[in-house]
Amino acid sequence: MKETIITVRNLSKKFGDFIANDDLSFDVYKGEIFGFLGANGAGKTTAMRVLCGLSKPTSGDINIAGFDVYSQTELIKTNIGYMSQKFSLYEDLTIDENISFYGGIYKLSNKEIKEKKELLINKLQLNAVRKKLVRELPLGWRQKLAFSVAIFHEPKIVFLDEPTGGVDPITRRQFWDMIYEESDKGLTVFVTTHYMDEAEYCNRVSIMVDGKIAALDTPVNLMQTYNAKNMDEVFLKIVRFS
Amino acid sequence: MNIFKGFVIKEFIHIFRDYRTMVILFGIPLVQLLLFGFVIKSEIKDADIAIYDQAKDNHSKRITNKLLSSGYFRLDKDLDNYDGIHQAFREGKVKLVIIFEQNFSEKLEKTGNANVQILADASEPNTANLLVSYSNAILSSYIKDLNSTSKMPYNIITEIRMEYNPELKSVYMFVPGIMALLLMLISAMMTSISITKEKEMGTMEVLLASPIKPFVITAGKVVPYIFLSIINVLIILSISYYVFDVPIKGSLFLLVSVCILFILTALSLGILISTVTNSQQVAMMISLVALMLPSILLSGFIFPIENMPIVLQYLCQLMPPRWFIEIIRNIMLKGVSFSFIWKETCVLFIMMIVFNLLSIKKFKIRLE
Repeated sequence: MKETIITVRNLSKKFGDFIANDDLSFDVYKGEIFGFLGANGAGKTTAMRVLCGLSKPTSGDINIAGFDVYSQTELIKTNIGYMSQKFSLYEDLTIDENISFYGGIYKLSNKEIKEKKELLINKLQLNAVRKKLVRELPLGWRQKLAFSVAIFHEPKIVFLDEPTGGVDPITRRQFWDMIYEESDKGLTVFVTTHYMDEAEYCNRVSIMVDGKIAALDTPVNLMQTYNAKNMDEVFLKIVRFS
Repeated sequence: MNIFKGFVIKEFIHIFRDYRTMVILFGIPLVQLLLFGFVIKSEIKDADIAIYDQAKDNHSKRITNKLLSSGYFRLDKDLDNYDGIHQAFREGKVKLVIIFEQNFSEKLEKTGNANVQILADASEPNTANLLVSYSNAILSSYIKDLNSTSKMPYNIITEIRMEYNPELKSVYMFVPGIMALLLMLISAMMTSISITKEKEMGTMEVLLASPIKPFVITAGKVVPYIFLSIINVLIILSISYYVFDVPIKGSLFLLVSVCILFILTALSLGILISTVTNSQQVAMMISLVALMLPSILLSGFIFPIENMPIVLQYLCQLMPPRWFIEIIRNIMLKGVSFSFIWKETCVLFIMMIVFNLLSIKKFKIRLE
């Protein structure tokens, strides 16, 4: 029996008359890479914002890492990491300063920050440029750094909102290698994307159409069910028939 | 040519579809013209004056009547001793005090000469100058009428004193105004820009997803600006004191405290602006158009509020700099204590609270 870390039951989110999320229910298991797929405007980002406590659901029961999304938002926030669609580091701070700042807002002690920062900088081989402003780094490096910073406080779950937008395929592959590495260590990864090749890297994917979950399974099963060669075809078939 | 035509049409469409461009094109000139037209008037009507008539006889009463029926002056206080004069000025309403000497009529008729003292509140030099020349003109017209019917030439000797700013230095007027302007600019504009910058860059999302509380984020943003603004206040005050010889008659502690209150008010306004917009550009536009312009025009900084049409006068009451400038003038030039400015201070304080409540409300809506 797999351990559930995110439980969503009947999540709805309305903005006036517009229904962004319509009665979503799903589970995410500990340590898996869970992909959230959908066209632009399908409601992926809205759902993710609700799960992160950035926005309140209209209705539904949601449990993140054992905490209730209505009453224990603070505890949820301490236990998750978040990387936004837009690039999420301070461009006018150095690599060193960015890491220290994010460590600080997650209430890590100075000693912890110092030790972990050395490890991280060595691992990413950024020693030579650690005193440089983030704006001077190439986009691919920044993306990797942003991911590392998002999980710097060792959260149970990390939410990635279209993390590889505007990045070349090689860097994207390297980025996913990092995600796998962390997932192997037990980190749960919740990722939204509209790149279909990325969907194949996920353990399970849910495909959203017009605010609803149209399909949810492993990529292999989805391709079988829809008799498709790749996720691209799966996606097109689902969107066409719904 | 067809290419050019197509291009021009496209440009027109851009303009007509974007209401902001339309506002800039037509709204701003309209508002500016109306504002400037009404605000910049060099005449004053119904200025509040006080009269200390030690004679209370024929001529002094007739002159008083002439003054009050001219339309320029309105009697606010009948004084009966010298001590009341400064009290009246400090309360801020009275702009001019006219003093008739004892046995005014008797002296005038027997010797042909009598004395009138005119005291003006020159902490607003423009107004003081105007009011003094009005009253002078009325006095000489009275004498002219008198001389046309009598054989003996009469003369009223006027002694004019510009209180609080004897040399009518305009720097006295500018220092409080510039201070309001700069603090508004630094505090409100810089905070709103720095918060919207985080929103634009996407770092705000990340901060909100972290356990750090929104209140802490905002406070953290604001503290450096409080600090920098206080330094700025000290620089402005030192320059005006040491370079331009503007006196600081009141308590320095009170002065700096009021400045801090104004800084907090401006910062709250900056936070409010940042809750209504997501882009640095819009924040800057709002700050410039909605803060700078009124700070200059509608604060009594350059143009006396008393001259404006009644609608604009009410609008002026909503401008934080209007209250700040009055407080600063009173403390620096008139040396008043807190008991004379507590009302204005309360207004600023209430404004600050309202701005903060609005921001919190806006922020909650965003979370829903």
